[in-house]
Amino acid sequence: MDARRMSRAVPRVRQVGFFTPNTPAQQPQPQSAAPSSESPPLSDSPASNSLSPVMIPPPRHLSDNLGGRTAAVPVPGREISGELPTVGSYNPSESVLWLDSPPRSRIGDEELSEGAESSLGWYRRSDSAKFASSLPSGGFNLSTAKHPESVAAVEAKNPLPEQSEVQKEQASSSKPLKAKTTKAERRALQESQRAAKAASRAEANKSGTPGGAPSSKPMKQPPQKKDGPPVASSIAASERIGVDRSVEKERKKDLPPPRKQFDDESRGGRAKRRSVLNQPEARNRVELFRHLPPHKNGTQLPSLESKFFELHEKHPAVYKVGLQYLAGDLSGGNARCIAMLQAFQEAIRDYSTPPEKTLTRDLTSKIGGFVSFLIECRPLSMSMGNAIRFLKSRIARLPLTLSESEAKTTLCSDIDRFINEKIVLADKVILRHAATKIRDGDVLLTYGSSCVVEMILLYAHELGKQFRVVVVDSHPMLEGQKLLRRLVVKGLSCTYTQLNAISYVMHKVTRVFLGASSIFSNGTVYSTVGTASVAMVAHAFRVPVLVCCEAYKFHERVQLDSICFNE
Amino acid sequence: MPDTQALVNDFLNKLKKRKIEGSQATAKQTAELLRSVISQTRMPYTNQAAALIHSVKAVGERLIAANPVELAVGNVVRRVLHIVREEDLSLTTAAMAGLNLSAESDDEDDTDRDNHPALSAAAIAAASRSTLRPPSLQTLLEDVPDSAAVPHTSSSGGDSEGKSKSADKSSRSRKLKHDVIEAVNELIQDISTCHELIAEQAVEHIHQNEVILTLGSSRTVLEFLCAAKEKKRSFRVFVAEGAPRYQGHLLAKELVTRGLQTTLITDSAVFAMISRVNMVIVGAHAVMANGGVIAPVGLNMVALAAQKHAVPFVVLAGSHKLCPLYPHHPEVLLNELRSPSELLDFGEFSDCLDFGSGIGAPLLHVVNPTFDYVPPKLVSLFITDTGGHNPSYMYRLIADYYSADDLVLERRTTSGN
Repeated sequence: MDARRMSRAVPRVRQVGFFTPNTPAQQPQPQSAAPSSESPPLSDSPASNSLSPVMIPPPRHLSDNLGGRTAAVPVPGREISGELPTVGSYNPSESVLWLDSPPRSRIGDEELSEGAESSLGWYRRSDSAKFASSLPSGGFNLSTAKHPESVAAVEAKNPLPEQSEVQKEQASSSKPLKAKTTKAERRALQESQRAAKAASRAEANKSGTPGGAPSSKPMKQPPQKKDGPPVASSIAASERIGVDRSVEKERKKDLPPPRKQFDDESRGGRAKRRSVLNQPEARNRVELFRHLPPHKNGTQLPSLESKFFELHEKHPAVYKVGLQYLAGDLSGGNARCIAMLQAFQEAIRDYSTPPEKTLTRDLTSKIGGFVSFLIECRPLSMSMGNAIRFLKSRIARLPLTLSESEAKTTLCSDIDRFINEKIVLADKVILRHAATKIRDGDVLLTYGSSCVVEMILLYAHELGKQFRVVVVDSHPMLEGQKLLRRLVVKGLSCTYTQLNAISYVMHKVTRVFLGASSIFSNGTVYSTVGTASVAMVAHAFRVPVLVCCEAYKFHERVQLDSICFNE
Repeated sequence: MPDTQALVNDFLNKLKKRKIEGSQATAKQTAELLRSVISQTRMPYTNQAAALIHSVKAVGERLIAANPVELAVGNVVRRVLHIVREEDLSLTTAAMAGLNLSAESDDEDDTDRDNHPALSAAAIAAASRSTLRPPSLQTLLEDVPDSAAVPHTSSSGGDSEGKSKSADKSSRSRKLKHDVIEAVNELIQDISTCHELIAEQAVEHIHQNEVILTLGSSRTVLEFLCAAKEKKRSFRVFVAEGAPRYQGHLLAKELVTRGLQTTLITDSAVFAMISRVNMVIVGAHAVMANGGVIAPVGLNMVALAAQKHAVPFVVLAGSHKLCPLYPHHPEVLLNELRSPSELLDFGEFSDCLDFGSGIGAPLLHVVNPTFDYVPPKLVSLFITDTGGHNPSYMYRLIADYYSADDLVLERRTTSGN
């Protein structure tokens, strides 16, 4: 139990399936910063307290998605970020613009959720709306930077980013992110090198860069902190500190040469220049997964959040959604897809065709830009991919005779229709079918947290069927706990267990319900890691397994095992 | 035996409170405890073996009852009983051979010696009958009368001869105790060195460029892998963390300090990774007579995945883990449930877990078992300190280490003992 408690105290990296905790077995100790896991929270709180009066929601939910590689969180760096991150130093390595704190977010939240139908409530963005409280869509126009209140007040939709901000993106050279499973020594060594450099650089650039290097390592910063220096932002916009850039390049050379990543085309050239995310240095990668995009841990979050108010060409709604992905607040195919589509809707509404460009082409390229940003935050799920394809085809098929506003409204209504038909109505049909499969006295097992399965269970419960639910959960995401809470609140009798104990409970189980992220054309189901184990054990015990998935998530690719393609 | 009583009680306490972790430690302490019990046992003139067995059984029952899930305790008790029987057997055969010789060579005092050798021979023959006869239905059914008969004959013999025999018998009794204690010492030695013996076999199984998967943390596995590493085999290890105790983290750290390339994965990723793995090597908590394995929770899932992908599933187990019992309903009877707080934070879910909050029955149950049962058909190989074996061979090892009489340790109250 202690081990678990301790692991709770350490904010964990948002693992997406394969990970290695940072085992500091041989940690070289030349680190200036206290390498222990306690330092981050410590360092955070002073910084945050100084800036935000806001209460920080329990770290477990969010922060354990972040950070988590213990060791080497140079404390000084973070604190420096507290001060004005710079006059204009769009520092690629840190960009400290805090997304913002819960309080002012309320407004934005309501605004965003008004449009949502009640059934969309299923697709929760985050449990406690801490983070989701998010930005008012307006908050963007900040010549005066920093004041949350002013931001909140600005409800007006600003026209899409001024092109001048493009420079910003170019500054950030995205380093290939190689954090996956590691060899502890090399990692620790890198950490120490980084820390050493960070420390030295931080001192060197006291003026401009708030916590230069550490930015790549503020892993421990739980996002809900501070509205940190919302500062910087606009003013910072155009400036860049060349020093940082070069330092960053130098840092890059220390790393193992970047490997080809699977989404190669978006990494190179333009996207690289444009990318907002600064990827921390390469960690050791498991050979097996070199073909996959590296893991992005949450270290970017604080810096990205603080960058929110900086002008850049991403629409704030999209930016916000991206950050939610990165933080792990939004998870689940449906939720992510809906959030993305709604963000696109807003972006489209705010969009205005620049002169001498056609709507379709320009809008398509804009959407493409958004998409690559989202990919950086978190690789797309199949549902999102399909939705984007739909949107692009819609845009392409817009008759040229439409005026801009008509085109925009058409697109927005198309998106609405997509969401309604493909997700909401589809779910209703699924509910109806699936409820017939549940009989009285059943013991149903489910794994992780799938919104569709949750809906089914609650619907069947409302219909009055008597059944028990077994919720199987897995470390580290522990998504099952959220599902468990929601079910218990509604009065279902549940049993909770971890994946390892599944052979123990399977004796009593009558049916297994699983959700899916996608279904491929050779019939394989692509879902949360561990689902296959559940299905296999169920099969061994001769328990029927039902997979529930909306049709829009289907994809025509084929896949043989989990290594070919993953996140 | 006030001394041993105190020791026994102390050990019982530790077992009940689950203070001793690990079957090896438990086995060792049990053996040492039994050794002191044996050395303190008063040996009657006749039928010492029965007395020893009786006293060991008395203590053994209590030990087993204290922690029924820790099968190593029962294993060691039964091993000691088997040792007693074996030593008794060997002494009896030696004595018989000796007496035969002496009877033949010695012709002087016919009248005197005729009776004595005859009686003693009869007594010895009777005693040896109980030990030498192979177990059969006949012997099992006659077991009670036999063991009652032997003391009668020998006691009647003892009455008649008395002193001349007593010298023989006392020396024999001392010898029995001595032998038994020596053998128990050997047992303790075996228990302590099982890791080395198992690790010696590592080289035969791990070759170059292999990928090995394991779950949780087992000292046997650690030594095994390190032995292979020292012999310059190059291989990589995937360690599954083994929720909810996450002992895989410890194992991974250890392996890294010893220089092995290690990757830590979550339990949920086992199925995904197993297609790229060459071998699964795990430790066990206990091995049952049918070849089934009581293993840390999660291993059944791993074994199923290994079978599906045709990956050999190798179980390392010291001989003290070999249990002569057949597992009936092992998930329930041989399992222990641990605290739900390891899975759920009580604070968060207090409203659901609270029994007294108005609704009679709690809506939420939490299941946190300690062990998993892996059926023998999923296991490819057992590696014990005596070598590598098939699961279907386990019953033979059991015959080597245990006597059939000791399987049921509860004393039969109606017997003539």
